[in-house]
Amino acid sequence: MELSMGHISSRSERLFRFVGRINIYRSNQEPIARSLGPENLLLKGSTLKNTKKIYGVAVYTGMETKMALNYQGKSQKRSAVEKSINAFLVVYLCILLSKATVCTTMKYVWQSNPFNDEPWYNEKTKKEKEAFKVLRMFTDFLSFMVLFNFIIPVSMYVTVEMQKFLGSFFISWDKEMYDEEIKEGALVNTSDLNEELGQVEYVFTDKTGTLTENSMEFIECCIDGHKYKESISEVDGPLKYYGKAEKCREELFLRALCLCHTVQIKEGDQVDGLIGHLEHRSTYISSSPDEIALVKGAKKYGFSFLGLENDYMKVKNQNNETERYQLLHILNFDPVRRRMSVIVRTITGKLLLFCKGADSSIFPKVQQDEIQQTKAHVDRNAMDGYRTLCVAFKELSQEEYDQIDKQICEAKMALQDREEKMAKVFEDIEANMHLIGATAVEDKLQEQAAETIEALHAAGMKVWVLTGDKMETAKSTCYACRLFQTNTELLELTTKTVGHSERKEDRLHELLMEYHKRLLQDFPKNRGGHKRSWMLNHEYGLIIDGSTLSLILNPSQDSSSSNYKTIFLQICLKCTAVLCCRMAPLQKAQIVRMVKSTKGSPITLSIGDGANDVSMILEAHVGIGIKGKEGRQASRNSDYAVPKFKHLRKLLLAHGHLYYVRIAHLVQYFFYKNLCFILPQFLYQFFCGFSQQPLYDAAYLTMYNICFTSLPILAYSLLEQHINIETLTSDPQLYMKISDNAMLQWKPFLYWTFLGAFEGLVFFFGVYYLFQNSSLEDNGKVFGNWTFGTIVFTILVFTVTLKLALDTRFWTWMNHFVIWGSLAFYVFFSFFWGGIIWPFLKQQRMYFVFAHMVTSLSTWLAIILLIFISLFPEILLIVFKNVRRKAQEHPLSSCSLKLPAITAFLGVNKSNIQIENQREVGAEGTSRGHPSSPASCLRQHHPYPNYPIHATNQKCPL
Amino acid sequence: LLSAGIALPLFFALGLAGLAVGLGLHFSSGTIRELELDYTGAPRSNHDCARCTNASATSGPCLCTLRFELAEPFPGPVCLYYQLSNYYQNHRRYGVSRDDLQLSGDPWGLRVANSLFNDTFTLHRLVNGSFMPVPLDSRGISWWTDSNVKFRNPELVNGSLATAFWGTAKPPNWPCAAYLLDAGNPNNTGFVNEDFIVWMRTAALPTFRKLYRRVHQGNFSAGLPHGTYRLDINYSYPVLPFKGTKKVILSTVSWMGGKNPFLGIAYLVFGSACILTGFVMLAVHIKYQQQNQMDED
Repeated sequence: MELSMGHISSRSERLFRFVGRINIYRSNQEPIARSLGPENLLLKGSTLKNTKKIYGVAVYTGMETKMALNYQGKSQKRSAVEKSINAFLVVYLCILLSKATVCTTMKYVWQSNPFNDEPWYNEKTKKEKEAFKVLRMFTDFLSFMVLFNFIIPVSMYVTVEMQKFLGSFFISWDKEMYDEEIKEGALVNTSDLNEELGQVEYVFTDKTGTLTENSMEFIECCIDGHKYKESISEVDGPLKYYGKAEKCREELFLRALCLCHTVQIKEGDQVDGLIGHLEHRSTYISSSPDEIALVKGAKKYGFSFLGLENDYMKVKNQNNETERYQLLHILNFDPVRRRMSVIVRTITGKLLLFCKGADSSIFPKVQQDEIQQTKAHVDRNAMDGYRTLCVAFKELSQEEYDQIDKQICEAKMALQDREEKMAKVFEDIEANMHLIGATAVEDKLQEQAAETIEALHAAGMKVWVLTGDKMETAKSTCYACRLFQTNTELLELTTKTVGHSERKEDRLHELLMEYHKRLLQDFPKNRGGHKRSWMLNHEYGLIIDGSTLSLILNPSQDSSSSNYKTIFLQICLKCTAVLCCRMAPLQKAQIVRMVKSTKGSPITLSIGDGANDVSMILEAHVGIGIKGKEGRQASRNSDYAVPKFKHLRKLLLAHGHLYYVRIAHLVQYFFYKNLCFILPQFLYQFFCGFSQQPLYDAAYLTMYNICFTSLPILAYSLLEQHINIETLTSDPQLYMKISDNAMLQWKPFLYWTFLGAFEGLVFFFGVYYLFQNSSLEDNGKVFGNWTFGTIVFTILVFTVTLKLALDTRFWTWMNHFVIWGSLAFYVFFSFFWGGIIWPFLKQQRMYFVFAHMVTSLSTWLAIILLIFISLFPEILLIVFKNVRRKAQEHPLSSCSLKLPAITAFLGVNKSNIQIENQREVGAEGTSRGHPSSPASCLRQHHPYPNYPIHATNQKCPL
Repeated sequence: LLSAGIALPLFFALGLAGLAVGLGLHFSSGTIRELELDYTGAPRSNHDCARCTNASATSGPCLCTLRFELAEPFPGPVCLYYQLSNYYQNHRRYGVSRDDLQLSGDPWGLRVANSLFNDTFTLHRLVNGSFMPVPLDSRGISWWTDSNVKFRNPELVNGSLATAFWGTAKPPNWPCAAYLLDAGNPNNTGFVNEDFIVWMRTAALPTFRKLYRRVHQGNFSAGLPHGTYRLDINYSYPVLPFKGTKKVILSTVSWMGGKNPFLGIAYLVFGSACILTGFVMLAVHIKYQQQNQMDED
C-alpha cells in the first residue's frame, strides 16, 4: 500500500481540505488507485458513529495534526483590558523609578552635611567608606527600587489568571444557557476573553442555524410552474394541488428528490429486514438539513428513499413498488458551484443526471425557455423567507457517460490543484440540463431571535448578518428578526441595483456617493463626538451581496475606485444594521477584518454554527459558536459556544458586563492597594535619613499581597453583581455604560491613584503626628519604629479591605468569609508572629509589638480615626452619587420615604402616600394623566415593556 | 447600600461620636502636666551644661545642674524622659547592626549598643532650704516581654557574670563593661539592664523620647508638689557634633499615655467635618424635594 498526499496546509480555514491518493497493491494484480479527500480524513478527537470499527492510516500526528495546527491562532487574542493594564503598568513603573530617583538624590543632598552622613554613633564600615561614590549611588538606587518594588502589582497577574479561569465556570454552569434538546450548556474554550464580552460593539452573525433553527421543513414545491402545497387543514385532504403538471414530470421530480442527495439511513437498535417498518425504526441523517427536508417532503408525495445497498439506491414509489437505481457518481456540493448532482443508472439501463442547487447556479445551466414559470415561484418563495432549490436533470448516452467517468477519475486522482480540476469537470458535466421544478423549505427563526437582536441594538451594538443565502431570503429573515424595522431606510448595493453591465463600476460609484452624501446629511459632523449617537437618529440599513463586495474590496485596475473601501466603510459604520448576503466564508472573515481595523479598533464578535463561519469566528475578537446541527466545527473553533442564539443576550449583557466590571475593578483595586501600601514606606525615607529602612516588617511586606488582601478581591472579582443579572438582561442600555472600556480609562485610573495617594498620606502622617509623643501606653512606656510601621500597616490592611467591602454590592457568605476572615487572619497572624522568638531570625523586631500596640487605647482611637478619614471621601462619593442618581431617575425619590423622620422634623411636608400611588401606576406603564409625572421617567427605564408577538415568518413589508 | 436614608443619620451619628471622643481626648490631654528642660548647653547659651559639651564617655563625666520651678503640682506617677533630636536611631545602617540572638545570651559588637545613652540624672526638691533627693524608680521602664524573655544574659560561669562576659570587648563608647551597667543589681545588669533595653527599642522618628525613671515612691507617691527642684546631670553624651539637642521631660500620664494634642484635635475636626457634610447633604436633599414639589404642582 502506498499513500501520497498533497502539501499540508496550515491555514486555519483549510481545516477541511485534504488531498491524497492511495494505491493498493495485491499480488499478481495491477495496483488499484483511489483518491482521498476530506471525507476520508478523521480529525483528532473524532468519535465513531454508526459503525463498530474502521481501518485507517495515521497521516498526521502530534503537533502536525490539522487540529493542532488550527489551535495556534487562538492564543493571539488579547483583550482590551490587558492593553490597559500594560499602560497602567508603565505609569506605575514611572512612579517607581521617580520614587527611587527622588530618594537617591535626596539621600546625597542630605548626606552632604557630614554630621548627617556619618554621626559618631553610626559610623560607616570600612567597605562603605572605600566604595566609589558612583557605585554607591547606583547600589542605593537599586536598594530603593527593591524597597519600593511592591508598588508593581505582580500578584495581580496571578489573581487575574485565577479570576479568568474560575470565572469562566460561571458561563458553563449557567442553567439558563442549558439546552434541554441537546442536553448541553455553554462551552468555554478560552477564559482569556471573558471581559471582552462586555465590550462588544459589532456583532457579526450567520443566518442559517444561528438566527434560524436550521431545522428545515418542506413547505411546497413547484413542478413545471405548478404549485404543490401541503394544506394545513385536513378537510382539503393531504395535498392541495393548484393545477397539475403531467404525471411523468411529477414522478420525475419526486424521483429526483429521492435520488439527488447524500442522505443516509440510520437504523434503530434492532435491525430487521422488514421494509414496511422502516419509517418507524430509522431516521435520515445528512450533513445538510435541507436534504433531509427534501427527502421527507418527497415521502409525503408517495416516494420514499429506502437507503443505499451495494451501490444501489432503493426508492419506493407511489404504488409501493421498490425501484433500484445504480449510483454511479456523486458530484458533491461546494459553496462555489452551489449545486450538487448524482449520476444514476436505471434498471432499464438509462443513464440519468439529477442536479439540484441554488436558482442562480441552476438557471444558467438549463434551457432558457424553461426558466420563466419556475422563476416566479422561486422569487415569491424567497420573499416569504423560504430557502429555495431548483431541480434539473439530463439524460446521458453511454458514450457521454464513459467520457465523464474518465474525466472524474482523472480529476480525483490529481494531487495538485485537485479542487480546481474537479470544479472544471463538474462545470462541464452540469450543462444543458432541463429544469423540472423548485422546492421551498422553511427554516424557522430561533426562539427569541428577534428579541435578542433588539436587545443587542438597544445595548448599542451594531448587528451585521453575514449569510450565504440569497438576498430575498435573507432580507425577509432580517425583517422577521427585526434587524430591519419597518421604518429602517434600506440602502442596497447588490447586483440588482448595480447591475451586470459593463458600467457596473460607474454605477457602484454613483450609488456609493449618493448614500454617503445622504448619510452625511443625517449625521452632521458636530455630532460625531458622541460615538453611539446613531441610536437617536433615523435608522439606516445596508444590504450588500458578495459580488458587489468583491467589486469594492478588489476593484479592477481603474485607480479612481481604490477609495471605494473607505467610503463603503463610512457608510457601513453609520448604518444600524447591515446585511451581507451571498457571502463566501472568506468574505465573511474579510468583512470582520475590515471593521476590526477601523479607527478606534472596535471590539467585534462573530457568531455562527457551521464550518463556513469558522473563518469569521477566528477573525473576530470574540468568536462564538452555536452548537447547532451542522456539526461541531464552529463550536470547536470558537472561544465560547452556546446552544442557541438567544443565549447571546445573557452572555453579553449579563456575563460580559459583569466580567468586565469585575476585572476592571480588580485591576484598579490592585494598583490602588499597592500604591497606598508603598507610599508610607516612601514617605518614611524622609524621616530615616533616606537609609532604605523599611517601614514594615519583612513578613508584612511579603504577606500583604499574598495573604492579607488577596482573597477578598478574588472573591469580589468572581461573585460581584453590582447590578443584578435580571436587570442587566432586561435593560440592555446598561451595557452602554461600560462601553469603550469605560472603567479602565485614564479618568477612573487617576481617581483610584489619587485615592491611593490620599490614603497613603493619611496613614503615614496620621501616625507621624501621633508619634510626636511616642509614649502612648498608660504607664508612660514608649513605642519604637516597628510599632510605628505596624500601626500604619494595620490601618492599611483594614482600610483597603473595608474599601472593598464598601464597593461590594452583592454579598454572599463567601464575601463575608474572605473579608472578615482576612482581617481576622491578619490579627491572628500578627499575634502569632510577634508571640514567639523565631530561632531562624537574626532580629526579633516584631516580638510582642502587636500585643503592646493593642494595649494602647490611644493607638486604637488613632487606628479607628484614620480608617474613617481614609474611607471618608469614598463614602462621600457613594452617597452623593446615590442622591444624584435618585434625583435624576425618580424625581419623587424614595429618599422621602426612607427619611420620614428627618423631613417631618424639618417641616418638609410631603404627601408620601400620593407619591407611592403614582409610582405604582407608573411602574405598570398605564399612567394616563401625568405627562411629567414619574411614570414617564420610569418608562424610559423600561424600554421593553411587552413585545407584540410576531409571527416567525413575517411577510416582508416591501 | 449607602442611600441617603442610611447615610444622613450615619454622618450625624459619626460626627457626634467624633466630637464626643475628640472632646474627651482634648480634655484628657489638657490635664496632663508636662515640663521640658533643654540641657544641650549650646555654645554661647548661658546654660550650666554649656561647659560640659566636650565631655564624652571616655573622657569622664561632667556634672552640671539645672534649677526649675513647678508652678503647679504634678500628680503621680510622674515620668522622667530624656529626649534627643536629630538623632537617627531608625537609620538602616544603625538598625541592621543589631543581633537579637546575641542579646539573648551570646557575645556581640553593635552600633546601637555602642551608642547607649549614658547621661544620668538625679532630681532634688528644695524643702526648707535644703535639697532633698527625689527617689527615681528605674524598674518597669521597659516592656516586660523584652526584659524577661527577649533579652537574656549569658549563662553565669562559676556564679559570675563577669566571667561569662570574659573575652568580649567593652563597647568603645561605654564607660564600663556590660556586666557593670548596674553592678549592684543582678536582675538589672548586663543585657537585662532596663536602660539598655529601652535604648535598644529603636525610635521611629529622629526626634524621640525615652522613659528614664518614674517618681512614685516615698514622699512623692502622690506626685511632685509645686516648688523648686534641682536636676543634677551627669553629662557625657555628645549631641552637638550632629546638631542634636537633649532634653529632660517631666510628664504625668493618663489613660491615653503622655500629652498628645493631635488625637483630640483630629477627632474634633473629623467630627465637625461629618456634621458639616450631613448638613450639606440635608440641604441638597431638601432642595431636590422642593423641586419635586414644584414639579408636582
